[in-house]
This record gives sequence, C-alpha cells and structure tokens, in this order.
Amino acid sequence: MSDSGAAAQQSAERAAARVARESYGRLVAFLAARTRDVAGAEDALGEAFAAALRMWPVDGVPDNPDAWLLTVARRRQTDAIRRRQTRTAGEVHVKLIADEIEDASQAPDAIPDRRLALMFACAHPAIERGMRAPLILQTILGMTAEDISAAFLIPPATMGQRLVRAKARIKDAGIPFAIPDPEDLPERLEAVLDAVYAAFTKGWSEIGDEVVPAMADEALWLGRLIVSLLPAEPEAKGMLALMLYAESRRAARRDATGAYVPLEQQDTSLWDDSSIRLAEALLREANRAGPTGRYQLEAAIQSAHTARRLAGQDNWRAIVALYDHLLARTHSPVVVLNRAVALAERDGPAAALLAVDILDGDRRMQSYQPYWAAIGHLRGRAGDKEGAIAALTAAIGLTADPAVRVYLHARIAALRDG
Amino acid sequence: MRYMMLIHHDDAKMEGADQKALWADWAAFNEALAKADGASPGERLEPAPEGTVVRSSDVLDGPYADTKEQFAGYFFVEATDLEEAVAWAKRCPASRFGAIEIRPVHVPKGDWK
Repeated sequence: MSDSGAAAQQSAERAAARVARESYGRLVAFLAARTRDVAGAEDALGEAFAAALRMWPVDGVPDNPDAWLLTVARRRQTDAIRRRQTRTAGEVHVKLIADEIEDASQAPDAIPDRRLALMFACAHPAIERGMRAPLILQTILGMTAEDISAAFLIPPATMGQRLVRAKARIKDAGIPFAIPDPEDLPERLEAVLDAVYAAFTKGWSEIGDEVVPAMADEALWLGRLIVSLLPAEPEAKGMLALMLYAESRRAARRDATGAYVPLEQQDTSLWDDSSIRLAEALLREANRAGPTGRYQLEAAIQSAHTARRLAGQDNWRAIVALYDHLLARTHSPVVVLNRAVALAERDGPAAALLAVDILDGDRRMQSYQPYWAAIGHLRGRAGDKEGAIAALTAAIGLTADPAVRVYLHARIAALRDG
Repeated sequence: MRYMMLIHHDDAKMEGADQKALWADWAAFNEALAKADGASPGERLEPAPEGTVVRSSDVLDGPYADTKEQFAGYFFVEATDLEEAVAWAKRCPASRFGAIEIRPVHVPKGDWK
C-alpha cells in the first residue's frame, strides 16, 4: 500500500474510532449511572464496542451509532443472561443492565449524556488519586488496561486489577453518579481536570514512545468533552487551553537529529498556529467568564511565551508576575522552580539561584529531573562551571529519555570547552 | 517501600555500546541515586561465567543460569509506589542492555516468631 493510502486508511480508522468512543462512553455512562455497575455496563458493551472498532473503519460509520451498539450489545447480553441464569442466582445487575439496554434501544436518540456524572464518579475523593485518570480513560474512552498501563508505567495485569478494584469501590461505596452541587463543584471539578491533565502529561513528558502521543490526544479529546459539557466553567477552558499550548509546540521539541530542544531555543515557526489560536480563544473566554484558577494561570503563562512568535522575545515581566500569582495559590515546589527560571530572564541568574534556595534539601526535588536540569542551567549562566556540571550530571542520571540525555551531555561538553 | 533492583544484562550487547558514553551515563545515574532519599548504590558483579555454583554437595562452574541475560548487579531504591520504582529502572543505563527486575524488600509482619 502507498504511504498516502496507508495514511488515508489510518485517518478513516481514527475517525471511526472517535465516533465509536463517543457512543461507547455515552452508553457506558448511561447504563452505569442507572445501575452504578460500571464493570457490568462495560461488559455489556465491550463486545459491541470491539466489533465497532473492527467494522466501522471498513463498512463506514452507521447513521445511528448508539442504536448500532445497543443492538449488538442486546444480542450478546441476552446470551450472557441465559448462560448466567442457569448458573447462579443473584445476577441482579446483569438483568438490570439487560433491561436498561432493552429500554434504551427503543429510543436511542433519547439517551441523556451522563459522561460528566461518570467522570465525577471516577474522580471522586474516595477513589485513589492515581487511579482516577486510568478509570476515566477506560470508562469514557474504552481504552484497555494494557494501553493505559503502557503510559502509566505499571504492568498491564496490575493496572487491570487496580481498575477492577476501583470499579468495585464505585459500586460498593455508593459513590454518586451526579454533578456536584455548586458549592462543591470547583473542588470536585479540579479533581476531574487533574486526572485528565495527568493523562496528558503522561503523553507529554516521555516522548519517543508510540503510545504516548496517542495518550495526549485522548486527554485533549476529554478536555474538549468537559468544556462542551460544562461550558460555563472557566477552569475547564483553562486546562484545555494549557494542553493546546503544549501541543502546539510538539513539532518544535525535537531537532532534525531527534535531539531535545528546550522551549527558549525552539524555532517558533514550527509552532502550530491553529492550536495556539484555539488556546488563545479559550483563555480569553475563560478569563471573561470567571475568577482565575490554577489552570487559567498556567495557560496564561504559556500564552505569554507565545509572544516570542510575534515580538521575538518572551514577555518575561508578565510571566514572572503570573508565576507570583500561581505560587501564592499552590505553594508548589515545581512552581518555585519554574518561576526562578523565568526570574533569571528578568533579573539575572543570581536572583534566580537565590529564589530556588528554599528548595535545597527538599526531598521531593532530589529525584526530580527538571530540578537538576534547571539548577545546572542557572549555575552555568551564573558562571559556576563546576556546580553546573554537577547538577547537569544528576539530571542525566534521572533522565529516561535518550533525546534529553544527548542534549544534557552536549550542555556539559559546552561548559567544559567554554 | 524499599525495592531491590536486580540487573540482568546481555554482556555481548553491552560490549557493542559506546563505552565512554555508557560509563558517563552510569556515573550520572550513580550520582542521581546518591542524591535520592533512601536509595543505595549497589555493586557490579564480575561476569556470570566467573561465578561458582554450589548445589547440595556439588560444586560447579558458573554461570548459574543458562540464559543470554545474566544477573550482573543490583541497587536499592526507596519509592512511594511501583510507578516510581519503574521510573528508576527506566533511568538505569543497564535497562538498555537487558532487564531490570524490581523486587519489593520483604517487611516482616512481626505476628509470628
């Protein structure tokens, strides 16, 4: 097959997969919201979803994808019930879900979108923080434990067991499938956004791996979904904008040889205009609609970086001011670090090194690769050659990405020669 | 949680790598380990054929296992979860020439004597 033929087929597959996921997530959410049995809903739709992923790219997407999935699911479900009923009693949930499918397939157009409620259940405080993103990826997008595990650095079987446990918890702990009350909404929404953003950063920090750009794609899709379901929430727009700014620079992060290129050295002509425009529009809307939250601030910082495309220079004054706000809100050591790097551009490396002094001895930072890379960068600029080399060496030891290793080795060589 | 990280690598494959770059990466990795809370650098072992295997009353020449990848060394890390331990394994230069086995160190429960 020619390259363009393969590309066309791949794009047809992706388009079909998108519709299948849209439908699948809506149906899982609808069934689970009624029965609170997420695993049962997935079981009921799993085979139908797999069939859709197989057939739609070839046969085309059906006119009513929900109806198609429900019809296939109903056929399989009846078989399953018949088998199970002879074996055990107490398959109440299975029966319940079968009834729900029966009802829903009478009027598939009337199925309400409960995906937001399902996401709130997945990111409920009673669910372990690290499992919230994997749960959302599986229930809303139908991703397999294997695909999810590849991005989350956990063996597939372990990921599978954790997902099963988390779904059992949703059922057993009586976690509600509901959009929280207005007074709880900001905090609960933050948990949902954090989970989606966590999935995005998995797809962002460790590039080079095949699964990983795909994961960033899924997170962007979820971000769009949340914005479309909660159009009045500025933080949802802020997070989507933040992801889009990062995404816009994907092509600029590697040079022709595959080596890592840091933000300040990127060729801005490689930045993707359409992503940036969309991000800017979202951020403007977000700032108009409500108060400033963490994601809006982070997106605003990225927006200020894009000024370099037009002005030839980042707006460092604005960037430092935004980091000040972010720091006051989060007190995060990562923000202290990023603010210091920006501060170096405004006030010089000595001021920046003074600002990161409070992180010295913070045990979270000792094994944090960006910490040592930043310290090495700042010491180098301040003329502390030996100190810079020591920090960059630690950064190399903490890097799993060969492209970043190559870049850091080159930095050390340049310091030695300079 | 404390994990013992067991390095199993393919000596032949490792000999094919740029040795200077490899040892620079190892030095950097050990530097990172030294800074990490609770981690301890391990030791590198002589190649497996240099080993000796004692089984009941027999004393045999190494290697112990008849595989391409041989046990070659170890180190310890302190990690809050498996994911963090996996990140350390991926950072270890030996992961490019074989496998790193991650084994949680057993903590006696103290309910039996």
